[in-house]
Order: sequence, then C-alpha cells, then structure tokens
Amino acid sequence: MREKILSIIEKNSRVDMRELAIILGTDEIDIANELKAMEEEGIICGYHTLIDWEKTNIEKVSALIEVRVTPQRGQGFDTIAERIYKYPEVNSVYLISGGYDLLVSLEGKSLKEVSSFVTNKLSTLDSVLSTATHFILKKYKDHGTIMTKKYEDERMKVTP
Amino acid sequence: MRDPLSKQIREIKPSGIRKFFDVVNEMPDAISLGVGEPDFDTPWHIRDEGIYSLEKGRTFYTSNSGLKELKEEICNYLKRSQGLEYDYRHQVIVTVGGSEAIDIALRAMLDPGDEVLIPQPCYVSYDPCTILAGGVPVPINLKHENEFRLTAQELRDAITPKTKVLIMPFPNNPTGAIMEKEDLEAIAEVIIEHDLYVISDEIYAELTYKDKHVSIATLEGLKERTILINGFSKAYAMTGWRLGYAVGPVEIIEQMTKIHQFAIMCAPTTSQYAAVEALKNGDEDVANMRESYNQRRRYLMHAFKEMGLECFEPYGAFYVFPCIKEFGMTSEEFATKLLETEKVAVVPGTAFGDCGEGFVRISYAYSLDNLKLAIGRINDFITKLRNRKEQA
Repeated sequence: MREKILSIIEKNSRVDMRELAIILGTDEIDIANELKAMEEEGIICGYHTLIDWEKTNIEKVSALIEVRVTPQRGQGFDTIAERIYKYPEVNSVYLISGGYDLLVSLEGKSLKEVSSFVTNKLSTLDSVLSTATHFILKKYKDHGTIMTKKYEDERMKVTP
Repeated sequence: MRDPLSKQIREIKPSGIRKFFDVVNEMPDAISLGVGEPDFDTPWHIRDEGIYSLEKGRTFYTSNSGLKELKEEICNYLKRSQGLEYDYRHQVIVTVGGSEAIDIALRAMLDPGDEVLIPQPCYVSYDPCTILAGGVPVPINLKHENEFRLTAQELRDAITPKTKVLIMPFPNNPTGAIMEKEDLEAIAEVIIEHDLYVISDEIYAELTYKDKHVSIATLEGLKERTILINGFSKAYAMTGWRLGYAVGPVEIIEQMTKIHQFAIMCAPTTSQYAAVEALKNGDEDVANMRESYNQRRRYLMHAFKEMGLECFEPYGAFYVFPCIKEFGMTSEEFATKLLETEKVAVVPGTAFGDCGEGFVRISYAYSLDNLKLAIGRINDFITKLRNRKEQA
C-alpha cells in the first residue's frame, strides 16, 4: 500500500485522501494513517511544487557545481556537506562517487549572484580543494516531468 | 455497367461505430471516452529497439510466420504466464494485429455453412470475418445478470449439428467481463462433448484486475482444439505497430500461415524487433499500466455508485458497461443526446451486438483528470434526465 501511495503522490501531491482511497480501493482513514506515519518516519519529506520559472517574469539562474574537498578525520564528508547545505541559496547537496566529491545545485537571481557565491563563499571554505560551475541553460525534464512539451491526445476519438 | 460488388460484401453491414464516429469527429471540443486503445505511449525502450532496427538496416521481409527470436519469446511468455508449451517452429504465427489472426483462423477452419458461435456483446470483427470466410455467425446473447460471462447452458442452447467454432472474446471488449477458471471449466465439457474448436481472443489477457487471466487453452483437452490469439496492442500500448500472434495445433497454424503468406507476406519487421524487446523487458511497464487502469476503474465504479448508475463490476480490459435502461432511451439516443448536450462521447452498446441495447461502453484509457471532467458532465446529464422524468 505504501509503495502505491508514494508512487501516486510522487507525481501529484495534491491528490486528496478521499480520492486516493477510492482509486486504491481502501478506506480514507487508512490512507490518512499511512500518510501521517510516513511523514513522521521522514519518508515523506515535503510536498513541493514543480515550477517552470522560465515561463514567469522572475529571473532565476541555476547552476550545478562540482566540488572536490578534503574529507575530515572522523567525520568524512558530513561536516563540510553541512557547511554547504546550510546556505539557503543551495538547493541540494549530493555526495557523489567518481571524479569529484559533492554535487551542489544552486539557485540565484543572476549569474553574478551565483558566481559571487562560488568565489566568495564556497571556494573559500577550508576543506574545498576546487570547484567547477555549470550553468543550466535549459531544463528539458525535471522530476520526471517533461517541461518542453504538453501532452496531446492524438488518438482517433472513437474506435471499436 | 455491371455491378462491381460481390453479393457477399453487400451483406456485411458497416461497423455500427462508424456513424457515431463521424458525428464525434465533427465536434473537436468533445471529451471522448470512446477509444479502444491505451492512452499510454509505447514504452521508450521498446520504441528505441524499433528505431535501432531501422538504423541497422533491418528493413527486409522476415519469414512468413515471423522472426525466429520473436516466436521463441512468444513461447517463453506463454510458458511463464500460462504454463502453456508451444513449439515455436510449427505452432506460432506472427500476424498484423490480433485482427488478422482472427480473420485467418476463421478462413483456415470454416467450410461454407459452418456455424460460428459468437458471444455478444463483443468486438466488431468476428461477425463479418465469419461471413467472409463462408461461415454463418450465430450470436449468443450474454446477460447482464451473469456479468456478461458465457454459461454452459447458453452455449449448449446455441449448438446445432453445424456448429464448428466457438469464439471466446475474454477479457471482453466492450463489457470488461472476464471468464474465471470455474467459468471456463463449466463450458469446457460442452466444447469437448460437441467436438467444437475455440478461437480465444485474449488480446486483453494482461489487463485483468482480480486474479491473473486464465487461458481456456490451459484446460484439460482444450489446447488441442484452441487457437489462442494475443498481441502487443493493449498490453504494451502498441496499437499502431500492428502486431499480434496466434498459437495452436500444428495443422491449423500451418494453414493459417498459408493464407498469411499469400495475403500479407509477413508482419512489419520493425514492429517484430520492437516486440522482442517488449516480451523480454516489458513486464514492469505492463504492471505499471495495469495499476493505472485499475485505479481509474475503481474511480469509475465509485462514481457510478454515487450517481446511482447501474453497472456490474468488470475485472478486465479497460471498459465499463453501465446500464442506461432507466432513462427509457435506446443506447444510440442516449449516446447522441449526451454528445449533443454535454459534449461527452461514449459508444452505444448496440455497436457490439443487438444485446448491447440498454448499455453504453465507457473506456477508461484516459487520465484521471479527463475521466473526472467527463464524469461530472455525465452526472449533470443523468440528473437532468431524472428530474425531467419525475416532472412528467
């Protein structure tokens, strides 16, 4: 049941409990209990909205930054990761296998803002060895949703 | 000038759905619940395999009965899903959709005057294909109170000394009815007793929402008298690829292959390569689509209950078949009025046989949002009809 609930709300967190109960063939109260339990257990971490900022008048610049760091004795990457994720402009921080250590995604109002964050804040941290910043030019698909095209039903309207 | 047409072709009525189809198409803003194909795109890895086969230049005929690799995968699939064993060399033919398999199976098996039992309501092609093969279609009118399943008694009552073939269209389009193991066992005796052959159209086999589908060929003594038809259209959302298959006794498949060889040559090569990928790595896609259909099915059943619209719970395909007799209209009147006033297209039950009168087919191969919108309008429509009836 959890898996089914999660796979539905992962795509549409606005679906109401009554409807979830109907389409999953169960009771509303069971759905409510499961959702609450999963929130408490930290399985459900939030109900966010996917926004295509490109279509608004609001200027946003996003970037992915590869960061190489020196891990610290006894703490590994956790301390440095925490120092980075505490900045509110940082969207996500992942520990990555391969050629670098942390992948940081960032959102700022302008190119200048992002670069100033990287040069003034990120690169000056003690354990940061190097950074490589990649600006995102266009989002084709985000969170499993295709941003560029709208679904159109191309089927014939009536078929046997 | 001489009459260019054969007497036989004049006897065949155009599909009942066509007239309605023309009307719907003139209303671009209509919400349709009238399609008989999945709303999903073919899963990308399957399409990718089709593209790859074109890039590699695999643009030639395959052998008449189909690619060896595909026939092997079809046999593997039937083994793992039904426990049925067929020899890929002699017992499988890959066809242009399940539709072609129906046609050539009938043509391979019928002599003039042979009767074919066709449980109705059902898909529109069995009847005309029987006539074109020289046979005589004999409808069996299935009943709402039996959830449109075929009973042994109904079968027995329809059999004459001329009966040769029974069509088994389950899971059913348009009713969504299924035949469970007990239902099949009940009719199996009659089939064997009267020495009938079965053409089992199991194109919706992967779309059942209770227990797993059971093929009639799995029953004792039935495999040797059953042509099992399936395909890729519904399970893998591959309608446009036009690919199906039939398996069965060697001597029938051999003759079907003969007709196929002269009329068709072979099924589309690109589609066959894509289908290999579908059977090898598509189980998860099918499971996901099945789950989506099931959610929509539950939503519709719930909505009908709230509206007080009579409808048995269907466990197969992607159709529901509510009863509209309370409104005192024919299915066609109901569908036409609904289209005119609320701009929602459903298909009159009579498009699938006379006994579909009093019912309409609603497809749930649509997104939930789409269904909600349409159901809201249907609710408005029937509320108005009921109010008018009360006032009268």
